[in-house]
Amino acid sequence: MSKFTFPESIRSRPIYGTLEARVGPAHLLVADAHGAEAILDVATPQMMEKAHIIYIPKGEDYEDKLRALKPASFYSGPSYPAAEPRLRKALADAKMGLQVYLAGTEGLMGQAQNAAMAAGIPHTAIQTEHRGSIARRMQCVHCKGITEEVETDPFVCSHCGLNLFVRDHYSRRLAAYQGVRVDAEDPGNVPTPKGIYE
Amino acid sequence: MTIQFNDETFRDDYSFYNSERAIKRFPFPFHEDSYMYSVNMEQHRGGPKDSVYEKRFDVDEHYVSEMRDRAMVLADDPLRCQSLPHMTLAGWDLLELIMVSKSEDYPDLFELHRDGNKWRWINKPLGIDDSFVFLDEATLPYGPMEYITRQAQGDFCVLDQRDDNLWMDAGMVTTQADWSLDFDIGMNFFEWHAPVPLAHEKGIFVRALKFLLNIQQGAPARRLNWTMTVNPLLDTSPENYHKWGIQKTTLTPENIGAKQHLRVELQTFFRLPRSNALVFPIRCYLCSFQDLMTVPKWGRRLHRVVRDLPDELATYKGFIDNRPMMLDYLKNFDDGLPTSAGIWPDLETEPALET
Ligand code: HEM
Repeated sequence: MSKFTFPESIRSRPIYGTLEARVGPAHLLVADAHGAEAILDVATPQMMEKAHIIYIPKGEDYEDKLRALKPASFYSGPSYPAAEPRLRKALADAKMGLQVYLAGTEGLMGQAQNAAMAAGIPHTAIQTEHRGSIARRMQCVHCKGITEEVETDPFVCSHCGLNLFVRDHYSRRLAAYQGVRVDAEDPGNVPTPKGIYE
Repeated sequence: MTIQFNDETFRDDYSFYNSERAIKRFPFPFHEDSYMYSVNMEQHRGGPKDSVYEKRFDVDEHYVSEMRDRAMVLADDPLRCQSLPHMTLAGWDLLELIMVSKSEDYPDLFELHRDGNKWRWINKPLGIDDSFVFLDEATLPYGPMEYITRQAQGDFCVLDQRDDNLWMDAGMVTTQADWSLDFDIGMNFFEWHAPVPLAHEKGIFVRALKFLLNIQQGAPARRLNWTMTVNPLLDTSPENYHKWGIQKTTLTPENIGAKQHLRVELQTFFRLPRSNALVFPIRCYLCSFQDLMTVPKWGRRLHRVVRDLPDELATYKGFIDNRPMMLDYLKNFDDGLPTSAGIWPDLETEPALET
């Protein structure tokens, strides 16, 4: 799958890079879906000897390829919330110099980055690379509920049911973009949803 | 002077009003006939007698009713007041700054008695008389920032200063121009300003931040900002936008003079002594178009500013759809005569409207 180039945006929006192998006593790699490709690209046999991979396939077929890298520890789980306790444990056990690699959707990277920062990992030791779906994790500014995997603008809040438009304003703390009612000034007049970058 | 406090509402029946005095001292934000973003900052060292610049924290006729409105907003949504754990000391700094300033500037309304760390605070307009131990949270009914900002008009952002940036790590925000503290908390200066159009490109935020980082204790600064609000609604929050947004569509040529308000923020900046945080009070003043038009200079100027404002700003400020109706109203107060420089009303020297 080719990499998506995000259009230029406002200053709160995160910018993702390309993973590069770094020197370190241990390596934690977290990815979902097509993020596996970024791991396959960056992995070296030397890195894998001291690597822990946490992967959320979301229906994609990369598990065997990742296992074939022979990481010291490998986990595949059904969702980010399911994987989170294990991620937090890995971060809590981390030695000085741990290198963290995050790859895949924005929602996964944002949440895993928060977990890493909360565990005291310096941001200079955390790398990100976007791969796969350009869906966004959205917070409804009205009810505060989070809707995952939002692909269209506008979309329906999965908690309160309001029709929300997708802003570029992004909160690292929430690992989410902001959604605001689209028909507040003209109730019922909801534009036809289209892809976020269309 | 003693202040007569209005008994008024900023919601539902909107009984808010400005007295003659409040209109004359309204902080009209345009010093010339056009407007564009700029690094418009100056020292906050008093100003003309009875102007909103005179005291460190202006207290006016809306004080008691505004505090009642804040309590209602907080009861509905406690997330409007948040403080990250490392900000408690800054909260005490802010409590001290406000108590000392108000008791010195309005001795007939507020008293502060200090005996070491044993403090007694008397707020006569709100009927409060509390004794507590300074720096001991257990002796106050709320955290220090929340306690004092429930008794002070305007929103408050408390910014931590680190890595040559400012971080929005605490705040009391119930009268905001459509931005969310809950969303923005933890962001830095460039991140929370991200949605503002044109100003980043003009380098305004880089220069503004440099200025703010160097603000010293005892040398506060200030600037004015403005937007437009239909009805005198203080809580124009994004949280409640799904409820108040519709009010923007209720303007008619008949009611616009009474309903459309110019919303001005007197923003000040104070360095706090113990925490080295910066506090950013954002004091909101509302004035209806029809009240503004009683000052001929302001009538002429508001028409010209609204007419010539770039579309990006009118869109960001949320009144692009209503601008044609505003101009139809405002043009009746612009006879084309020149206006004097500066924001003051100049009632004695500016000519009456030529009809
Ligand atoms: C540290 C103190 C400050 C805080 C906490 C603050 C906060 C904010 C916030 C939350 C917004 C709304 C952004 C949005 O749309 O979500 C805003 C808008 C803005 N700020 Fe600041 N600000 C500060 C200082 C300044 C300074 C010093 C300047 C100087 C030029 C400035 C210029 C602006 C401008 C031009 C806007 C757009 C306002 C409009 O058009 O209505 N800010 N600010």
